[in-house]
Amino acid sequence: MTDIATNTPEVAAGAPVKGRSLWATAMMRLRRNKAAMASLVILVVYILAGLFGPMISPHHYATVYPDYVRVPASLEAYPREDEIVPQAENVLARTRLDINSIEVDGNTLRVEASSEREIDPRVTRYLDRSDIFSNARITETSADGRSVVMEADVERLRFIFGTDGNGRDLLARILISIRISLMIGALATGVALIIGVAWGATAGFLGGRVDNVMMRVVDILYALPFTFFAILLVVFFGRNVVLMFIAVGAVEWLDMARIVRGQTISLRRREFVQAAEALGVSSGGILRRHIIPNTLGPVIIYMTLLIPKVILLESFLSFLGLGVQEPLTSLGVLISEGARNMRSAPYMLLYPSIALTLLLFALNFLGDGLRDALDPKDR
Amino acid sequence: MFGYVLRRLLGAIPTLFLIITLSFFLMRVAPGGPFDRERALEAKVLENLNRVFHLDRPLWEQYLYYLGNLARGDLGPSFIYRDFSVQQLLGSGLPISIQLGATALLLALLIGSVLGTIAALRQNSWVDYGVTAVATFGITVPNFVVAPLLSLVFGVWLSLLPAGGWGNGGPANMLLPVITLALPQVAVIARLIRGSMIEALRSDHVRTARAYGLPARMVVIVHAMRAACLPVVSYLGPAAAALLTGSVVVETIFGLPGIGRYFVQGALNRDYTLVMGTVIIIAVFVVVFNLVVDLIYAALDPRVRYD
Repeated sequence: MTDIATNTPEVAAGAPVKGRSLWATAMMRLRRNKAAMASLVILVVYILAGLFGPMISPHHYATVYPDYVRVPASLEAYPREDEIVPQAENVLARTRLDINSIEVDGNTLRVEASSEREIDPRVTRYLDRSDIFSNARITETSADGRSVVMEADVERLRFIFGTDGNGRDLLARILISIRISLMIGALATGVALIIGVAWGATAGFLGGRVDNVMMRVVDILYALPFTFFAILLVVFFGRNVVLMFIAVGAVEWLDMARIVRGQTISLRRREFVQAAEALGVSSGGILRRHIIPNTLGPVIIYMTLLIPKVILLESFLSFLGLGVQEPLTSLGVLISEGARNMRSAPYMLLYPSIALTLLLFALNFLGDGLRDALDPKDR
Repeated sequence: MFGYVLRRLLGAIPTLFLIITLSFFLMRVAPGGPFDRERALEAKVLENLNRVFHLDRPLWEQYLYYLGNLARGDLGPSFIYRDFSVQQLLGSGLPISIQLGATALLLALLIGSVLGTIAALRQNSWVDYGVTAVATFGITVPNFVVAPLLSLVFGVWLSLLPAGGWGNGGPANMLLPVITLALPQVAVIARLIRGSMIEALRSDHVRTARAYGLPARMVVIVHAMRAACLPVVSYLGPAAAALLTGSVVVETIFGLPGIGRYFVQGALNRDYTLVMGTVIIIAVFVVVFNLVVDLIYAALDPRVRYD
């Protein structure tokens, strides 16, 4: 009579049987999905890059290096060895001194110069002004002050992703735009979530005429061309980044409202909701306590797919020139700059495109994985 | 059938009217005006301009005036493109957008359904995984990445095709924009067909057709395909409307004179009439294509009847 129970070791040992919750099962299933796990790793790398990348990057995203405009991506440091002397000649031409010799010794530049007049010690500033040399100083001055030996350190800079049309490091700009993109994804999705869930749950719960009117509003907003709406919102709120996130979220809540409404209508007829009603719980209380928590599954699935959509939308708006403003940047801005400069500097198009595509891939695969994991139908 | 079409078209009029009203007032509430310049125009000039374009009247009067013109089929003059009426602008741009969009749509339907069918017939083989990977790629990579990359590779590096420009619609000029437009559609259609084809191949009527000893090709193309295209048909309604009314990204990158650009430029420059014209065109396309989709649906699925 008890042989079924004693066959399981836990019961024999007296431990209570532990059921697996929906979330534990989902986690387990997600872990088995290799593409989703790889995407999760990539996503974590992106989040870390967005959070800490701009802090540890050697260049600031807004620092301009006038001497390094559109230098190609390279692992070697700039300036190249054979470029140092010509660059120094270039800079020193402005001093109007007779240059007797220029030598490069490791990281030090040695210049011997003479003039017919006494040399002002401030000539070193010409060297300092360039991005290539720093810490210029006069080491020897002849007795009459007409010839000097100057020394300067050669600054070696690395631009592994190259620089853009203004001479700003592309890697630093990609890092800051990853931060912006992720921030937009999170913020706008949050706004869409709040509006959509509140609207859908209210419409579905109240039903009748209110539901009809509320869903008609959604239908009409749906029929408006979406770009038009986004552009109008940007026009209204100006080019303020935070307000734009909110505007994008305010456009994207329609699907969420429909999903939540459908769920709510089916939940409303369930016994536990009727019980709560019979006990006299207020409508708001039932919505908060019983309806909204139970719609979370589909909402989370939709949310993971909404984040890449929002990031894409932000990039699209930025591509049109409606997004974030200089010196801040976003992947869409970088791609549109790259598209304009692709003949002379293809890397300016390639790196931001790869960064955006990889991010969208990771988010989509993760969303698909989550959907498979949370779908109770195919257990 | 005819009565149904008529009723649907009449039913669309209130929706269109609401969209027109909403976008008219949204557009006007937005700050700024069509004649804002870096340096303000002279007061007298501005006053005259406002009078010519009826901007000095109260808003409701302007609205009624616009509706009156619209009822007579007049979309008004463009505020920004001087000497052009909105009809002229849309009349020159729309055929180009339709030509590009329709070519892309047909291409996507052809390639997408072939890929999806092959994937469904060889389910869980490497062909299937390959198609799924291509489909994911097509959906994920945005068109403003695909378009410049195609232009860079084929236009600049290989110099096989023009990197941009319309050139009176020569096939060489159309190839890259059409590919860019078709790629995401190919991906979606292949995915949809694959899913519904797998289901259709397992259904009773296909099994019956097989049991009759019909050739395999016939079973797939005639019997399974008919059921498998239903989800594609309902997807195609909004997709076709979006494709045929032009894409601002593709038109900007390849320098094409379609109507997608007018829409964005018009909204940014507060070219009220031009934006209204594009909004109306897009809304009409959406309404018409939804109707067409429902009619095709009825033709494909004998269980659906409209009377």
